[in-house]
This record gives sequence, structure tokens and C-alpha cells, in this order.
Amino acid sequence: MTALRWTVSDGLTLVGRELARLRGAPGQIVTLLLFPAVMVLLFGYVFGSAIRVPGGGDYREYLMPGLFAMVTFTAVHGVMVRMAGDASRGVMDRFRSMPTARLAVPFGQTGADALGGLIFVAVMAAAGLAVGWRPHRGLLPTLGAFALIMLLRYALSWAGVHVGLAVGDERAVDNLAPLMLPVTMISNAFVPTDGMPAWLRFVADWNPVSALTAACRQLFGNPGGPAGNGPWPLEHPVTAVLLWSAALLAVFVPLSVRTFLRRGR
Amino acid sequence: MADPMVVAEGLHRHFGATHALRGLDLSVPAGTVCGVLGPNGAGKTTAVRILATLCRPDAGHARVAGHDVVREADKVRPRIGLAGQYAAVDDMLTGRANLRMFGRLSHLTRRVAHRRADELLDRFGLAEAADRPVGGWSGGMRRRLDLISCLLVRPDVLFLDEPTTGLDPRSRGQIWDHVRELVADGTTVLLTTQHLDEADQLADTVTVIDHGRAIATGTPDELKATIGDRLDVTVADPAALDRAVTVLEALTGAEPAPGDERLSVPVPGGGLRLADVVRALDHAGVAAADVRLRRPTLDEVFLRLTDRKEAVR
Repeated sequence: MTALRWTVSDGLTLVGRELARLRGAPGQIVTLLLFPAVMVLLFGYVFGSAIRVPGGGDYREYLMPGLFAMVTFTAVHGVMVRMAGDASRGVMDRFRSMPTARLAVPFGQTGADALGGLIFVAVMAAAGLAVGWRPHRGLLPTLGAFALIMLLRYALSWAGVHVGLAVGDERAVDNLAPLMLPVTMISNAFVPTDGMPAWLRFVADWNPVSALTAACRQLFGNPGGPAGNGPWPLEHPVTAVLLWSAALLAVFVPLSVRTFLRRGR
Repeated sequence: MADPMVVAEGLHRHFGATHALRGLDLSVPAGTVCGVLGPNGAGKTTAVRILATLCRPDAGHARVAGHDVVREADKVRPRIGLAGQYAAVDDMLTGRANLRMFGRLSHLTRRVAHRRADELLDRFGLAEAADRPVGGWSGGMRRRLDLISCLLVRPDVLFLDEPTTGLDPRSRGQIWDHVRELVADGTTVLLTTQHLDEADQLADTVTVIDHGRAIATGTPDELKATIGDRLDVTVADPAALDRAVTVLEALTGAEPAPGDERLSVPVPGGGLRLADVVRALDHAGVAAADVRLRRPTLDEVFLRLTDRKEAVR
């Protein structure tokens, strides 16, 4: 029982650490708040000027679910960098040599990322509302969509913890950043997949980014949702996102905990 | 005397094909400073990591503050502090926020963690910088913060793994002062270092390890005594160097270490009178600028013990 109490308490201390980091870098708060708004404007008006939405409708309505999905996936890189940074600077070893609850470190890190994600998504949603995006299906499906976004983000952050710890070198992890672009772009987030070459379309259709985008479109009632003749993950996107999340958590929670406990052992 | 605060017996540890430790024995009495010396790759860091519960031995066992480091790791951790070769602090946090965080993670109450952070920053002269992010601090200040991050809970045993590597002499002196203060408070310190003057300055006992084993243990004076005093002769005219070598060989039976104009030679057990040296040199027509008998440096002890020609610093 006390073990659980310390895990929660230490985990919260580590969440607080992430917030304190922001306090030390006010410029970062501005970036954090500005970036989602800039993305909405950039993608909404630059891409939106050229792309025709399948079945008609406003591109910014089509775009917002894709943007939500994109930031859900790119956030993983931040988690990796923070974990690898702690590992390479000896902070992780310090935690492990202290009486700190063993599980607090990975849980604290993923918890902190979830909190940051919530803020980011809220700002992005506000920016979306400002440029004309609307959820059309009422409160519950809307909340459901945000819940799915946060669930998948949380599951992905565990993968980030594992990779960050396993690599353990901040610069090496930094080099993974360019990978995030194709992962998020080869999807239905910004353009329909039907125009892609067959092999690329296959990858895009089965990309979990596409599943999350499709799920959000369905739950928000935005254009580009299931059409009745697409591949399975895009026809049952909510189920697909739930399955992806469950699979990621089942694999990476135990793996991350194990990597943390056995690091350098 | 009470039980030693740190005891290691027969520690073995390999990483793949590399044997980092091959039966290391170590014992540090409470309230003393033990310097662990060894060339790169001798196993110093692995030893510290095992003692600080970060890594498990393949064989052998170790007790720190009376508890087994593997089976009772959770009883060891609240009583130790570990400062490694890097500043293991969060660059984006202020010094004060770092200390408060480490205090909370050491399970101090919020009030006590805050009070201890303030006390330590004052005591170790970091109060002025305390509210700036650590990323902008100098290397020396960051390492001092790293050191005091271990002190929030007043550890019984402090492990310092090369605490001054890469620091300028002034910062090194400050770290040494901090360590002396802690020892005066009763903390037991195990310090690894490649700087032999650091061991000379701080350590009560020194353990020299090489190839994963302790090859000598004693006070710095005892270790120096094992290789005897040394005789240094500086010749006035480099041309007389060869003759001086012959004289010193005849006197000591040892071959002097080569130098440009200074010769250094170990003195045999029985001792040697300075007057005899001067007379013999004079007799051979060697004008000596300086002749002195001295204790060996720890460097010389170290080089002799580890039998390596390259310098260690």
C-alpha cells in the first residue's frame, strides 16, 4: 500500500518537474501555445487552397482530425528525447540510486506527456474552432474523439519511453526526428489515400495515424469518415484505435518498466 | 571499531566478453574516505555502480550501511548518495527546483525538501545562482550542485565517481572542500579518481585496483613506503648526465629514470645519506644543481603497482 502511495506521489513529483521546466523557459510556453495555432493556419489555408475534399465540404473541417492525429504521433519523439536525455546525463541512474518508487519514473513521464498533450490539443481545438471547424455530432461523440486521441497518445508515449531508454543517447534519438514526417504524412491525415499508388495506399490505409484520423472524422462528424468501401481500419476506425492502443500498452508498458529497472544492470 | 560502512567481497562482473571485476575486495570503515585508484577500464565505475545498487554482481556480495546491495537494495538506497562523472541534474530546472525535486523523490516532505534545498544552497555557496536554470551554470557549479543533490537526506555513505574529472583547479578545490566538510560531519566517502593528488588530499585509505582486482590497500603513506624513497638529482651541465647515471647506479643498484637534466632513482631499503651522494657526484666530477631525497608521489606508486609505462593523469 505504501509502495503504491509512493509511486503516485513520486510520479506526481515528476509530472511537476515537467511543469517546472516550462516555468524556467517562458519562450517554450509561447511556442507550445503558438505552434498548434500556426499549424492550423498553415495547413488550413496553404493546403486548403488546393485540396478538394472527397464528397465535398470545407478543407479545414477535413483537416482538423488529421492535425489532431499528426500531433498525437509526433509527440512520441519528445518523450524519447526526454528519456534519452535523462539516461545519457546520469539523471536516470540518480533516480535509480534513490529511494524513489521504481515505477514512478516511467509512469511520471508518460503522465506528464499526457498532461502536456491535453493542453496542446485544447489550444489546437480552439484554433480549429476559430477557423471554422466544428464537431457536429454532439457532446458524447466529441468527448469520445478527444478520449481516443489521449488514449492513443498515452499508449504511444510508452513506446517513446522504451525507445528513449533503450537508445539512451540524446543525439541518436534526435536523429530519429525526420522519421516522424513520413510516418504522419503517409496517411489520410491531409489528403485522401485513393490517389496514392497502390503500395503506398496500402501503407497509408493501415497506418494507425489514418485510423485515428478516420475515427475523429467519424466522431466529430467531419467529412472523410468511413465510406463503406474502404479497408477494415478505416471502416471501423474506433475499434482500430482501441486495438492499436491496447496492443501498444500491452507491449510497451512491461517492456519500458523492464528496461528502466534493468538499465545497465 | 564498528563494522565497516562498505564491504565488498569477491565481486565479479562481466559485460559480454569484458571482465570488469574479477574478485574485488573492498572495505571502508565508517567515517573515513576511501580512494579507489585505477587506470581507465580497471573496474572503478562498475564497482561504484554495484555498491550504489545500480548494477548486480555476477558473483560475490557487498554490504553498504549494513545491508546487502542486491537483496536489500531498498534499505541501502535511503542511506547513500551517488555523484557520478556527469552533472546528473535537470538543465532546464533552476538549481533550487532540482534540489527540491530530488528531495521529494528521496521522500522528504515538501516542507523539509524546501528547507534542505535552501540550507544546502546557502552552505555550499550556490544561493546566488539558485533561481537560474542550471543549463546556464558553469561546469564547476553544475558539478557542485550534483554533489549537493546527494546530501538532501544526509547520506551515511557517499559514492563519488570521479567527482572532479574535467574541472579546473579552482572548482576542484571547491569540491574537495565540500567533501572534507561532509567527512567532518561523519559521512563515509568512497571516491574513485584518476587524479592521484585528489586521493592524496582526501583519502584516509587508498585501494589501487587493476584488471578488476584490488592490488594494494593502505594509507597513502603506507603505499608510498612500499616503494621506498626516491633520490632526485639535477645536473648543472647536461653533458655530465651519463656520468651522473653511472654514479647513481653504483650507489643505489637501480637504473635512474631518464630525464633531460633531472634523474630520479628509487632508494634501496637501508637508506642513503645525502652527503654520500654529493661526495660521490663530486668525485666523478659531476656538478649537481640540486640533490634531494623525497617520498615518492602517489603517481609513482601507482605506476609501479599497475606496471604501466603511460602516465595516468
